[in-house]
Amino acid sequence: MCFTQNFWSFFIGGIANGFLYALIALGYTLVYGVLQLINFAHSEVFMSGGFAGYFVVNAVIGQSSPHGLASVGLIVLGTAAGAVGGAVVAYLLERVAYRPLRRRKAPRLAFLISAIGASYFLYNLAGKEFGRNGYSLPFLYPFQTGVTVFGTGIQTYWVVIAIAAMIMLVLLDRIVAATRLGRGIRAVAQDAETASLMGVNIDRVIAQTFILGGILGGAAGFLFGLSSGVVYSMGFTPALKAFTAAVLGGIGNIRGAVLGGLVLGVAENMGVICAPTEWRDVVAFGILVAVLIIRPTGILGERLGRSA
Amino acid sequence: MLLQLNNVEVRYGPIRALRDVSLAVDQGEIVALLGANGAGKSTTLRTISGLVRPVSGTVFFDGKPIQRVPSHDVVALGIGHVPEGRRIFPMMTVLENLEMGAYLHRGNFSENLTRVFSLFPVLAERRKQDGGTLSGGEQQMLAIARSLMSSPRLLLFDEPSMGLAPMFVKTIFQIIREIRDEGTTILLVEQNASQALHLADRAYVLENGSIVMADRADVLLQDPRVRAAYLGEGAA
Repeated sequence: MCFTQNFWSFFIGGIANGFLYALIALGYTLVYGVLQLINFAHSEVFMSGGFAGYFVVNAVIGQSSPHGLASVGLIVLGTAAGAVGGAVVAYLLERVAYRPLRRRKAPRLAFLISAIGASYFLYNLAGKEFGRNGYSLPFLYPFQTGVTVFGTGIQTYWVVIAIAAMIMLVLLDRIVAATRLGRGIRAVAQDAETASLMGVNIDRVIAQTFILGGILGGAAGFLFGLSSGVVYSMGFTPALKAFTAAVLGGIGNIRGAVLGGLVLGVAENMGVICAPTEWRDVVAFGILVAVLIIRPTGILGERLGRSA
Repeated sequence: MLLQLNNVEVRYGPIRALRDVSLAVDQGEIVALLGANGAGKSTTLRTISGLVRPVSGTVFFDGKPIQRVPSHDVVALGIGHVPEGRRIFPMMTVLENLEMGAYLHRGNFSENLTRVFSLFPVLAERRKQDGGTLSGGEQQMLAIARSLMSSPRLLLFDEPSMGLAPMFVKTIFQIIREIRDEGTTILLVEQNASQALHLADRAYVLENGSIVMADRADVLLQDPRVRAAYLGEGAA
């Protein structure tokens, strides 16, 4: 029977996808926390990270075919390059598309238009510069594409994604919970004006928040590219699902973004165990609608500035 | 003079919230700012803190003009602000709230912590509790303690007794006096004019954004107009 036969494979694959969604979703939720704004250009932060990782890895790898420790090193390098690329683009977005509007106390709708405009700009710029065709990343795994554990096929890149994501999630949690930067972010999310009375430079904290989200989203772009390649349009669907995950978990809620990502990743895979995979996105967004009807604030509820 | 406002004018859109406000606070004083709702008391404090930019006039602190200094730099100059409605961070613990108060003053953190815990022992007991779970009075204590964490030379209090039980009001006013006696100058906005005048050395009365009276507190306490308008005595 298809269900029992494929269950674990789809489940574990869903967890891996879910971690990717979680990394992207945190970018939405962190920025929402400090600005009550959905950064709709975050999909392009993800895409930029994918390209940054691709170019750096390609430049380093040359003609060699890496194996063993070298391939682990390349994955780490590509993830780091993706993180830097994402951080740079996220920071520039904040400076160019959002901060000028804040200075002028623009209405909310203006931010939305600015976000969509910036997103389209980056999307088309990447399409023009890098072409409309995708690039595949070189094969980087230390061993074969997958292993079989208790009769379940586990793909290597699932493991790579899960490990990389867990490291980043733990680091983010520590940063938000226990550092001065994290306290600044939480204070701005809870009460920006009072935070400024304490000496918190709100603009600086907002920029730092974009950078943190960009690091996670950019790294996710590279990790996604490992299996699917990079292309100018790669951000659209994963980012939309990550946004879904953020809302599903409760926007502004850090723990909710992670939970939402995992729930979405697993659930959309469960939905297609016995059905054609074209159903996956239908299931994903069906879940969003269903959850929001029952619980409009998401699974864990909206929560600005909570440490975890 | 530690603090001096000269001819300050503030506008919110077409509304003039402060007109030609001039006042001064000397080192070691407690000065009260009285007036009805909407008279401009909070706006005066917010202007000093840099949350509001005056369209004209100057604010001098310790001889330097600060009317264009952004709010997040004002605290570094030595001005603390206990905002109206307490505004503690509800989803941070008591200790984290105090750490926020010391955001720019990390040097003598443990000294300041010891000091505020001895001033408010209840906060030491509740240091791990979220700020939002405290009672109103405890939140006011936390707001005051938080402002003390930056070792301010001037402390601005905006309605510290608002919404508190009478027993707490008394405690808060005692604490304000203690803080002054330890060397911090105080500018106090207060609805409770009688309490404020008993505590303060001097006071200003604001009406519709302008200062209409300024005198020693004991003189204002006897003034028939003040008694009629702010101390709840019907006959002038």
